[in-house]
Amino acid sequence: MSDALTVNDLTCNFDVSAPWLNRVLERKPRQFVRAVDDISFTVPMGGCLSLVGESGCGKSTVARLVTGLYRASEGEVRFAPGRSGEPLSAQMIFQDPFASLNPRWRVKNIIAEPLRELKLRNSDAEVMERVGELLRIVGLAPSDGSKFPHEFSGGQRQRISIARALAGEPEFLVCDEPTSALDVSVQAQILNLMRKLQDEMGLTYLFISHDMSVVRHMSDRIAVMYLGRIVEEADTETLFANPRHPYTRLLLETIPDIAEPKRHRSITASEVPSPLNPPSGCTFHPRCPLADGRCKSERPAMRNFADGSRAACHRVEEAAVATAKAIQAA
Amino acid sequence: MSEPVTSPVLDVRGLCVEFPGRHGTVAALSDVSLSIRPGEILGVVGESGAGKSMTGLAVQGLLEPPGRISGGEVWLSGRRIDQLSDKDMQSVRGRQIGAIFQDPLTSLNPLFTVGAQLVETIRLHLKLSKQGAKDRAIHLLKEVGIPAPEARFDHYPHQFSGGMRQRVVIALALAAEPKLIIADEPTTALDVSIQAQITSLLRRLCDDHGTSVMLVTHDMGVIAETADRVAVMYAGRLVEIGPVEEVLRNARHPYTRGLMGSIPALGRRVERLNQIDGSMPRLNAIPRGCAFNPRCPEAGRRCREDRPEPTPVGHGVSACWLNAGGVL
Repeated sequence: MSDALTVNDLTCNFDVSAPWLNRVLERKPRQFVRAVDDISFTVPMGGCLSLVGESGCGKSTVARLVTGLYRASEGEVRFAPGRSGEPLSAQMIFQDPFASLNPRWRVKNIIAEPLRELKLRNSDAEVMERVGELLRIVGLAPSDGSKFPHEFSGGQRQRISIARALAGEPEFLVCDEPTSALDVSVQAQILNLMRKLQDEMGLTYLFISHDMSVVRHMSDRIAVMYLGRIVEEADTETLFANPRHPYTRLLLETIPDIAEPKRHRSITASEVPSPLNPPSGCTFHPRCPLADGRCKSERPAMRNFADGSRAACHRVEEAAVATAKAIQAA
Repeated sequence: MSEPVTSPVLDVRGLCVEFPGRHGTVAALSDVSLSIRPGEILGVVGESGAGKSMTGLAVQGLLEPPGRISGGEVWLSGRRIDQLSDKDMQSVRGRQIGAIFQDPLTSLNPLFTVGAQLVETIRLHLKLSKQGAKDRAIHLLKEVGIPAPEARFDHYPHQFSGGMRQRVVIALALAAEPKLIIADEPTTALDVSIQAQITSLLRRLCDDHGTSVMLVTHDMGVIAETADRVAVMYAGRLVEIGPVEEVLRNARHPYTRGLMGSIPALGRRVERLNQIDGSMPRLNAIPRGCAFNPRCPEAGRRCREDRPEPTPVGHGVSACWLNAGGVL
């Protein structure tokens, strides 16, 4: 399978310096946050890659870099040629369906905007016909087009966002926490709809979420992010069966599981450090139960494994080397 | 305490809350009955607008006018509190009922140090000297797991992270050693790894102090790991209440079953999630009969005409015709 999206050594710095006058008076240097730090990944055509991590790990920044809403400081984002021969067109679905739809526009105009802007239909009648079709695709009635966004519930609004994203005839969808603002029963409706659309239209997804169970349901492959870096990437089943990086294990350990509630556990792990002043070496070392001196000083490199996964951790690497040596000796 | 151990800390009987409006009166809660025993964590789950937060607010006497309790009774440790004056209610809140809200940043005053806020709350409810209150505040901060509590005493809320702030809010709720804590979505604004810390902290405090907790949340996972019993709400009514294991494994009400089925499981992968079609009715347009009947896969004629009353099933209670003689 060819890759729909290739991201190489992507870095994004944000200038968070104090205003110029304060800097001069208080003799403060400029300050930068490295929101995304040298990450690389690929998304196969027709597949779904998920980025997971806690707030502030840079996953939404990656989504915005991929769709071109932010400019990368370094590195490249490359889309493969799509059906038309041009690079794949990407659209985005946002988290909050209350903030991402203009409350003063009728739904049909919201959905028609990409059609008109990109001149995908010639006449207004054709535009409206397409809007009706899109509303039907996402499970709403064409007559809903003349209503305003406030007349819909959260789940229905997210359907409208999806219809608007589909209006641009994208082959690649970036979904930034599309169900986090929804109730679980509605979340299930939206996830089912997104899976159906993927099968029917051959869409490729870059899916951003903090919810491991949603991610497991949606994705073929998962990349775990921590403080702007990818710490582990693996196929969904491999990641859940055999998490390598201690941070992935911590994440999996802390998710409440309804089937097997972990009622009597003791949590000692502390909190995510400030990205303004990230720890030295491996940024996870202050929270890591396996950290030693090397983790404090040396940043671990990404290492590939035989099962197609990769992880950036000294302990994991040492364990792999030890096993390889043992096999060689035997 | 003189009363027997088995008597509930909180006993809500047939609670109704209504909001009179220009287009008629909206019933936000109808006939909600639940009780919490000492040291027990009762989870209250439901989707947005089901009335779970409303139940918590009504118990604390914090309904926004024109909302009012239109029926039923609220008993706290054998004392009826739904008819108390505002002034009397103020001494119940904080002293006997502690509150934890969703957003830890808005429940703390940004202009005062956390120490000052703790000392104020402690001295309001307990007869302690300034120094005594400070010692107690530091002890509380330590108890909720804040490192270096002596130094943190003088910090402002913005100097704490989200998880630490929520710990401060829990310390505030514990300040006067209330018998009951009402925690409204205490972990919703937090990351999963922090969420796990806060829920295990709640459980530990509950075990250590014998405090009862009413844990309002939309997250079944949090309920599964924290609560002893769970009450499921739908459209302002209780649909099911029972021990956590029983409700999770063997739910009696079709809504509870649908809710459980729509949560993506961690252990296995399915092609399609079990979805409940449609959405919860608006409170001014609740269907006749069982409020869930238009979305219910098992609804029959009776469900569309008569409202099922909560009936005891197993160790719990469920309001469904399936458990009360069939749907016809």
